Amino acid sequence: MKREDLAARVLALVTEIAPDVDPASVIAGVDFRDQFDFDSMDTLNFAIALHRDLGVEVPEADYSRLASLDKCVAYLADRVR
Amino acid sequence: MLSEFRLPALGADMEEGTVVQWNVAPGDAVRRGQVVAVVETDKGAIDVEIFEDGVMRELVVQPGTKVPVGTVLARLETAGESASPSPAPGPAGAAETAAGSRARISPAARVRARELGVEVASLTGTGPGGAITIEDVEKAKRPAQPSREPPAAKAGEHDMAQAGGMRAAIATAMSRSKREIPHYYLSLTKDVTGAVDWLAARNASVPVTERLLFTALLIKAVALTCRDVQGFSGFYRDGRYEPGPSVHVGVAVALRGGGLVAPAIMDTADKPLPALMEEFRQLVMRARGGRLRASELAAPSIIVTSLGDADVDAVFPIIQPPQVAIVGSGAVSSRPWVVDGKVEPRQLIVLSLGADHRVTDGRLGAQFLAGIAERLAAPGKL
Repeated sequence: MKREDLAARVLALVTEIAPDVDPASVIAGVDFRDQFDFDSMDTLNFAIALHRDLGVEVPEADYSRLASLDKCVAYLADRVR
Repeated sequence: MLSEFRLPALGADMEEGTVVQWNVAPGDAVRRGQVVAVVETDKGAIDVEIFEDGVMRELVVQPGTKVPVGTVLARLETAGESASPSPAPGPAGAAETAAGSRARISPAARVRARELGVEVASLTGTGPGGAITIEDVEKAKRPAQPSREPPAAKAGEHDMAQAGGMRAAIATAMSRSKREIPHYYLSLTKDVTGAVDWLAARNASVPVTERLLFTALLIKAVALTCRDVQGFSGFYRDGRYEPGPSVHVGVAVALRGGGLVAPAIMDTADKPLPALMEEFRQLVMRARGGRLRASELAAPSIIVTSLGDADVDAVFPIIQPPQVAIVGSGAVSSRPWVVDGKVEPRQLIVLSLGADHRVTDGRLGAQFLAGIAERLAAPGKL
């Protein structure tokens, strides 16, 4: 999957979990937590959504690598076909 | 016999609500627990359940009408004569119909309108029967203030206007708490390395959908300890303490736009951890999506508030009346700790208790808090 497509998919999942977040306002390099109070429940829901939609099972130990849009794309690029 | 369905109080701070929508029509059979109406409150749009089996006879309050707690919303025909009265009837009052605001609107559109700050009464619906849809709401928003799309709420930058009603409700409840409840506070630092390791190992061995959060362990530990030590799960009303009929632990959920709600996980102590976790997850999603049930908001007999995600060490929690206790937790973090005479890095948590001196004293509170800590240290038994 191309990086832009991957970023769009991830963004769609983030806004599904946090429907009150305006996708256009998300800054790729800033942690979700600092932008819109993403908490441990959001992170768990995000991991569940990644598994459901992209077939990637993210171990708990790797959660910190999903902290921002940029980090997600970097992490998922090798793991999504 | 004919029975009355009244607007229940969804917490001590609620005085009125606006019926947004009926999910049933006269002649429909209803079952106890069925969501029959959506009511807009300071806590968002709430699904209100009916308390008896029966057949709807009359919908007394029309959508768009704001009424005080205790108002008869509908009448239904029930079998037998043992019909229980609906709980927590407040002062009944005359229905006050806001002129021109009888808008038919879907709950989701109502939520969206709140988010965008759109006045529902000013809209013309294009949905079925002239109902206002999400599109109508968003259309109304765009031309009016094109450059003021609400930005994502940043930490510490909450839109107070959007959350104004909820802020007022929180202020009312907390002012009453500080005025009426003689709090005492205790805290206890616990080494939970065992529980953290247990959780990590467990979560690594199950599918992502079955992972647990540490807070789920805490919720269960609190629920079980409420059974061991009396005086913390219940209500203080009319000058006396009433133990809760069952332990329903409320979980404080912070909303992204500001504010918080504390809906209950019902019969918390009886739920196995996986079921409790799934319910907790759904509850947080519904709390943030504005789709809680009336029973969940009215039920908590004690609340757990965890600020672990916010990197604080400890919480000094304030009781939500008419409850008599609240348990707080800070972040689980690696800190120096003395084990067998040596300083070691361990995973520590600070548990805290705010409790009501009219009901219990510090010694019993200490026993209660220690009980929670002990249960957390043995997660396999939760």
